[in-house]
Amino acid sequence: MTTDTAAQAAYVVAALLFILSLAGLSQHRTSRSGVVWGIAGMVVALAATVGLASRSISATGLVLIVVATAVGAGIGLWRAKVVEMTGMPELIAIMHSLVGLAATFVGWNGYLDVDAELSGSLLGIHHAEVFIGVFIGAVTFTGSVVAYLKLSARIASRPLTLPGKHVLNIGALVAFVGLTIAFVARPNMGLLIAVTVVALALGAHLVASIGGGDMPVVVSMLNSYSGWAAAASGFLLANNLLIVTGALVGSSGAYLSYIMCKAMNRSFISVIAGGFGTPAAAADEGEQGEHREISAEETAELLGNATSVIITPGYGMAVAQAQYPVAELARKLRERGVEVRFGIHQVAGRLPGHMNVLLAEANVPYDIVLEMDEINDDFAATSVVLVIGANDTVNPAATDNPSSPIAGMPVLHVWEAANVVVFKRSMAAGYAGVQNPLFFRENTQMLFGDAKQRVEDILRGLDALDTPVREMAGTSR
Amino acid sequence: MAPAEPEPQRIGVPAESTAGETRVAATPATVGRLVALGYDVVVEPGAGASSRFSDAAYEEAGARLGDPWAAEIVLKVNAPSAEEIGRLRDGATLIALISPAFNPELVEELARRPITVLAMDAVPRISRAQSLDVLSSMANIAGYRAVVEAAHAFGRFFTGQVTAAGKVPPAKVLVAGAGVAGLAAIGAARSLGAVVRATDPRPEVAEQVRSLGGEFLTVSAEQEVSTDGYAKATSEDYNRLAAQLYAEQAADVDIIVTTALIPGRPAPTLITAEHVARMKPGSVIVDMAAAQGGNVEGTVPGKAVVTDNDVTIIGYTDLPGRLPAQASQLYGTNIVNLMKLLTPGKDGRLVLDFDDVVQRSITVVREGEKTWPPPPVQVSAAPAPAAAKEPEPAASGTPAKPARPAWSSYALVGAGALALFLVTAFSPSELLGHFTVFVLAIVIGFYVIGNVHHALHTPLMSVTNAISGIVVVGALLQIGQGDTAVTVLSFAAILLASINIFGGFAVTRRMLGMFSKG
Repeated sequence: MTTDTAAQAAYVVAALLFILSLAGLSQHRTSRSGVVWGIAGMVVALAATVGLASRSISATGLVLIVVATAVGAGIGLWRAKVVEMTGMPELIAIMHSLVGLAATFVGWNGYLDVDAELSGSLLGIHHAEVFIGVFIGAVTFTGSVVAYLKLSARIASRPLTLPGKHVLNIGALVAFVGLTIAFVARPNMGLLIAVTVVALALGAHLVASIGGGDMPVVVSMLNSYSGWAAAASGFLLANNLLIVTGALVGSSGAYLSYIMCKAMNRSFISVIAGGFGTPAAAADEGEQGEHREISAEETAELLGNATSVIITPGYGMAVAQAQYPVAELARKLRERGVEVRFGIHQVAGRLPGHMNVLLAEANVPYDIVLEMDEINDDFAATSVVLVIGANDTVNPAATDNPSSPIAGMPVLHVWEAANVVVFKRSMAAGYAGVQNPLFFRENTQMLFGDAKQRVEDILRGLDALDTPVREMAGTSR
Repeated sequence: MAPAEPEPQRIGVPAESTAGETRVAATPATVGRLVALGYDVVVEPGAGASSRFSDAAYEEAGARLGDPWAAEIVLKVNAPSAEEIGRLRDGATLIALISPAFNPELVEELARRPITVLAMDAVPRISRAQSLDVLSSMANIAGYRAVVEAAHAFGRFFTGQVTAAGKVPPAKVLVAGAGVAGLAAIGAARSLGAVVRATDPRPEVAEQVRSLGGEFLTVSAEQEVSTDGYAKATSEDYNRLAAQLYAEQAADVDIIVTTALIPGRPAPTLITAEHVARMKPGSVIVDMAAAQGGNVEGTVPGKAVVTDNDVTIIGYTDLPGRLPAQASQLYGTNIVNLMKLLTPGKDGRLVLDFDDVVQRSITVVREGEKTWPPPPVQVSAAPAPAAAKEPEPAASGTPAKPARPAWSSYALVGAGALALFLVTAFSPSELLGHFTVFVLAIVIGFYVIGNVHHALHTPLMSVTNAISGIVVVGALLQIGQGDTAVTVLSFAAILLASINIFGGFAVTRRMLGMFSKG
């Protein structure tokens, strides 16, 4: 057993542990062990790599590794500890950008530190790999940064529509191919800088032209890109572990994005190419009508008399940080014997599964949190539906109006319930820029204001309801 | 319908001919809604008399008095008699309770006339059709009335009281079967002040029982532990334990209301003569399944009998009809909801759409042609056909789009395979091994998360994010190998990737720690 074979064997073990980790994360039961497998895989991989590198590394290099890892670990653990669950999308987006940047650096190093033994076609391939690695890494980097800025509301989440944006994207790809050919023929620093700039611009433009409503797809797509970036580094360094892990992350991320797209009835390609959102604004027919308002006290009374309640949260709940009062409301209603469930649309929030994380944070048991397909048939038998900060995911136009920009998108059929209470700040349209006919339905009532405050008002209203009931119970015995 | 102003169709509401029937298929309130749908409503004089609806009230609501049998659409409660079938005009539509599963000869007879017959009691039990479900609305009334009948026959208070004349304990009521009727009975008995207990083989209804203030009696500890999948397998065991429970309860409670029905079969016997014998004198049993043979040994359908030990067994089969105004109103509303479905144009013209599963299911006879039994109804909503399709693991790493014709997906996979073959075949041998692991890893990536639970999307993403920090391996191999620029870049790469690795795993653990099962 040489150091080499030992390291390769460790890589195989690490790759298997990563596969176990991803598989474990697919189910609640195995999710915790999945994380343990992932950490174990990472420890094995890093130990093997340091062992491999230690043969030729300088003492300073070793110190630098320790310092870099320690600083990185400190920052990472600190961020993980303090992040608000509502800020999870931003954190994940910015983390993707770090992988992208790291992959870009590794690619640059691949050029600066060419293995002297390479020659002929192998050298050409090496140079092409440098380019591919740098390109994917840089696209991931700026794409994630723009996604982060959009998610943290530092820039407007509206899709950027430059004239001829598809031409720009394709032009960047063509430029990349052209630069690669030139670089293989005559490697030089100028071309490497040029391709980096092209990739950075492409990444920024790709994500900038995708609307805020599609952010769950974007985040999971960037996750996929960061995997491909790692795989490209693997080809560059002839490192099987990087290839396997990168491909795993890349393809599982792509599949996850695909699931998201299906949930929105959106074409995968058009989301990636920034296609959606462009025609949406114009197509709004402006379907209007009378909407009716309800007060928090009346809502409390409605809920107190209900037998079953479904809560459908959306991004608005995250923005208002209303998950704790909402969980409290669910708990109180359940104590009163009301059947309470949550209906979650796959793309509610700005991250796949965002609502689930928020509700879990507020201690809502996950077995009353149901997916759209599990709950959609039950709305008709439900007394009250509370729509908290959701809009496009409960829009009946998606099923009723074939000319609607969101036509065909599967939505929660909240309007089939006896009563619908919509929590909303104002009558403004949702992210997709589409008016929601739900608000004008006969069985819909609007509860305006900050979602958190309103839910707290309802909680007080429920307590007020209880008092007279208790008195009556006292006299009858 | 070429004419600009098509004649609105007439709806006829005859008086019920069945002896003892007090209900009517339309009330003044529902007539108003039928008129709003564009129909011309004709009510037989005296039709609503036993429900206390006067002819004048119908006329006020917009109906005409006249011969209902001449109308294009006839609304009835009970199935028509042979004589009534003969009075229907050719091409007429009859809407009534038919019970087609139990009355095959009646269906044959109806099919001999060129008419269309819709059975209100054949509404499929899907959420969308709930507003038409007569069985539910009638069961609700019957459950309430069963308690009222029991209270009437029971010689005591339901509610407990402490009075100057002494203390009165509350009555104890056992409701067997927590369906619609059972739940209505629980609610009614509870609001009269009784202590209410309920049993049901379905553990999931426990919550509904409790929501109405009842106590749910679980048949046995084992039954509670076993999940849905075993409910049928332990049936025999369950029956034995249930009998034991009923024996105990019979000695304790004052009132028993039984509601157990199995569709298309005689009602199961829950309370044996032995159980009845153990009950206290003066106790009351209401057997709501009397018409289907009864849940209680000794039930006489349609009658109240008193046993040797002074227990009254009530076997009335017309419980809904004992609240005629209410029953007619709910039945009439169910019919209005059906007519809304059948009158898409709101123009007083009935249109039967056989593509709609609800309309197909209730149609027993269409234009003289027997259409019973209907094809089975899928209770769950059919998913979009594309949803079932797995994306092919295309070699490029982009998932294939759904809903392609088969040949095109073959072509796509074929082209991908060919491209992969060419790329690999022309690449230097050093790359071959890398390509192999690359392609296989992509496929594994697809399948390994194939069934990911929707709630775990975010944790999955953050763990893959941590794992993609593996790019650190590249930087580790490059750092400290001589060139300063390389070392600087590598240092930065290691730092960035470490943030990812540590932060990613830590935040995933934090998220998973929050998921809890209630």
